[in-house]
Amino acid sequence: MANHNHAAPAPVGGSLINAITLTCGVLIALMAAILMVRFLFGLGAVTGLNDGYPWGIWVVVDVVIGSAFACGGFSVAMLVYIFNRGEYHPLVRPALLASLFGYTLAAAGVIFDLGRWWNVWNMFWPGSINPNSVMFEVAVCITLYVMVMWIEFSPTFLEQMGKVDARKKLGKAMFFFIALGTVLPMMHQSSLGTLLVVMGVQIHPLWQTPLLPLLYLLSAITMGYAVVLFESCLTSSAYRRKLETHMLTPLAKIMLGFLAVYLIVRVGDLLVRGALPKAFVPSVEALMFWLEMLSFIAPLILIGAESNRRNPARLFLAGVLLMLGGALLRLNGFLIGYETNVDGAGGYSYFPTLAEVLVTAGMFAIEVLGYIVITRRFPVLPREHAQAAH
Amino acid sequence: MGTRRDFLKGMLAGSAAATAGAVATPAVARETRPRPPEALGLLYDATLCVGCKACVAACKTANNNPAEFSTLDHLWDTPLDTSGYTFNLIKMYRNGTMDAKDQETNGFAFMKTSCMHCGDPSCVSACPVSAMTKDPVTGVVGYNPDKCIGCRYCVAACPFGIPKYQYDSPTGRIGKCELCRHRHKDGHYSACAEVCPTGATLFGRTEDLLAEAKRRIAMKPGEMNRFPRGHLRHAQEKALQGKPDGKGVMMRAGWRDEPDQSYETQAGKYLQHVYGEKEYGGTQVLKLSAVNFQKVGLPDLPPDAAAAMSETIQHTLYGNLIMPFAVLGAMTYVAKRNVKPEDDESGKEGS
Repeated sequence: MANHNHAAPAPVGGSLINAITLTCGVLIALMAAILMVRFLFGLGAVTGLNDGYPWGIWVVVDVVIGSAFACGGFSVAMLVYIFNRGEYHPLVRPALLASLFGYTLAAAGVIFDLGRWWNVWNMFWPGSINPNSVMFEVAVCITLYVMVMWIEFSPTFLEQMGKVDARKKLGKAMFFFIALGTVLPMMHQSSLGTLLVVMGVQIHPLWQTPLLPLLYLLSAITMGYAVVLFESCLTSSAYRRKLETHMLTPLAKIMLGFLAVYLIVRVGDLLVRGALPKAFVPSVEALMFWLEMLSFIAPLILIGAESNRRNPARLFLAGVLLMLGGALLRLNGFLIGYETNVDGAGGYSYFPTLAEVLVTAGMFAIEVLGYIVITRRFPVLPREHAQAAH
Repeated sequence: MGTRRDFLKGMLAGSAAATAGAVATPAVARETRPRPPEALGLLYDATLCVGCKACVAACKTANNNPAEFSTLDHLWDTPLDTSGYTFNLIKMYRNGTMDAKDQETNGFAFMKTSCMHCGDPSCVSACPVSAMTKDPVTGVVGYNPDKCIGCRYCVAACPFGIPKYQYDSPTGRIGKCELCRHRHKDGHYSACAEVCPTGATLFGRTEDLLAEAKRRIAMKPGEMNRFPRGHLRHAQEKALQGKPDGKGVMMRAGWRDEPDQSYETQAGKYLQHVYGEKEYGGTQVLKLSAVNFQKVGLPDLPPDAAAAMSETIQHTLYGNLIMPFAVLGAMTYVAKRNVKPEDDESGKEGS
C-alpha cells in the first residue's frame, strides 16, 4: 500500500483561541462545578437517576453511544490495514484522534457514574473479577483499547518532538498494536449489546435478542464510517480545506455494505423472533423503533446511487443519520425499551436533569477542544498547499 | 496498491472476526442453575398476611436501616417501595370497592417485596467485581460493599427490582435483603419470619418450604388446617431436643430452639401456582397468593434464567479467550503484511 501519493500530515496551525474553543472552555468549567457537587453529595444531588432507571445518560450517551461514535478509528484502521485499502490512509490519523478522545473520555467518564468509584481497582483485581459478567469484559477491553490507541497515535507526538529513533522502534511493532486495535473494539462493541441480555424481560422485545452482540458490532462499524464522513466534512468546512470527496465517496459505499448486512440481521431477527408486530402497537417504543429504523434506512435512499455519493451534502447528511440511528438503537435498548420489574413498576420515570446534560455536553466539549488543539499543533491532517487556517 | 487478493484476505480475516460476534452457536450452553440442595429461603403466603408490617419494622431493626417517610408528618416509617434503606416491604393490591381480602375484583391483597434469592441470580452474573455473590451452601445472595464499585448493573439486571442504590449519599451502597445472614451465626433466622404473627412469612430450607406450599395449595378453601409459624423445621429436626450452647441459649440443629408455634385456621383460596418454584429456574423465596401474581407485582418469568443466556453468549465468544486470540492471530498476520514499519501510522509514503 506504500505507493499512494498522499500528502504527509502536518499541523494546521492558527490560533487556539476562538469562539468555539472558548465555548468549550465554559462548558468544561460548568461540568467541573457539577461534578464537584456530585462527588460531595452523591449521584442523587445532580442526576435524575432512581432505582427504576439506575442508568441515565452518563452511561447510555457518554459511554454506550459515545464509544460507538468513537469507532471511526477502528473502522478506518480495519479498512486500511486489514483490507489493505491504502487509498484511505490519510483518513486514519484524524479518525484515530477522534476515537482516542471519545474512548478516553468514555472510560474516564464512567468514574463520574460509579457510586463507589474508589473500589474501581477491583475491576482488575484477580481476587475480585467476575469473568461471567459482561460488564467485566467491556471494562477490561475498553481500558486496553484506550492504551492501544494512545500507542497507535503516539507517532504523531514523537514526530512533532523529533524523536526519530523511538518513532522507528515503535514502527516495527506497530502492526501488532493495529491488529489489537481491531480486535478489542470488536469485542467490547459487541459486548455493549450483550449487557442487555441479562436484563431479560425488562427489555422490550424490539431490542432484546441473543443477536444483540452482532447487531451492536455491525452498527458500531457502520457508525464508525458515518463518523468519518461527518468529521471529514466538518473539518474541511471549519478549516476551509478541500473536501476529501475522492475518499469519502468510495468509503460511503463500503459503509452502505455494512449497513445492508446490519439491516438484514436486524429485520431477520425481528421476524424470526416474531417481535415485529410489537412495532405496530401504538406506543412510545414503536414510535422510537420507527425513528431508529428510518435513520438507518434513509441513507440507503439518500446515497444509494453512485452519483449521489459524490454530493458532499448528501454524504454529510447520511453520516449524521446513521450516527443518529446507531444512537437510537442504543438509547432505545437501554432507556426507552427498559422497564424495571415490568408488571409491578413502581411508577418510576427518568428524564435527564440539566446538570446531567451539562456534564455530557462538557465531555463532548473536551473532545472538540482536544481535537482542535491537536490538529492545529500536531501533524494529524494531510498537508494542504494553501493553508487556510486562521 | 491493495490488490484484490489482499482485499480478499482481509475479508477472510474480517469474516472470521464477524463470526466471532455472530453465530452464537453455543459450544456448551450454560444451563440455568438450580438452587443448592440445602438452600435457605422464605415462604410468603399472601392469604395468611394481615398487612401488619411487623416484618417491615423488624427488617429495619435487623439491618440497622433508617425510617423513610412518604407522608407530611414524618411520624411513621412509610416507604412506598423497597430502597437502599428498605429491604422488605408489604405492598397492597387494591381494586374497586375493596370489599374482601384476596379477591381480584372489588378486593384487596398483600404481597411481600424482598429479595427472591434466585437459584441463578441475574445480579450475581452481572456484577463485574464479585460484590454480589451466591453462597454455595445456603444459596443466600449476599452483598459486599468493600468490593462494590456502585455501577448499579445489578439494579438494572434484577427482574424483581430488588438491589437498590443509595442515591442520596456520596458513598452510597447497594441495599438488599440478605436473608439476615449476619444473624445466622447467633442462631437467629430471618427477622421478618421471626416476628410474623400469622406465619405468612416462614423461614426454612426451600425444599421444606416448597413441600409446605404444595400441601397448602392442595387444601380445600375454608377448611381448617394447621399452619406453622416462624421457622419451618425439617421433619428430622422436629424430633430433636434443644441443647444449651453454653451461653444460656437453647439451640437445635444450628438454630435457636423455640417452641412449636403452629395454629389452626382456615385455608385460603390459593391459586394453583407456587411462585418461585420454576421462575428463572427456581428461587429460594416462594410465594402463594389468591390474586394473580402479575397483579400483585411479580413478573411473569420464563423457566430459564437470563443469566444463563447472558453467560452462554459471553463464554461462547470469550471462553478461555480462544476466539479473541484466534481473531487476533488472523488480524496480526494480515496487518503484518500490510503495515510497513516505515508507513505504519504516519502516511509518510506520499513524500
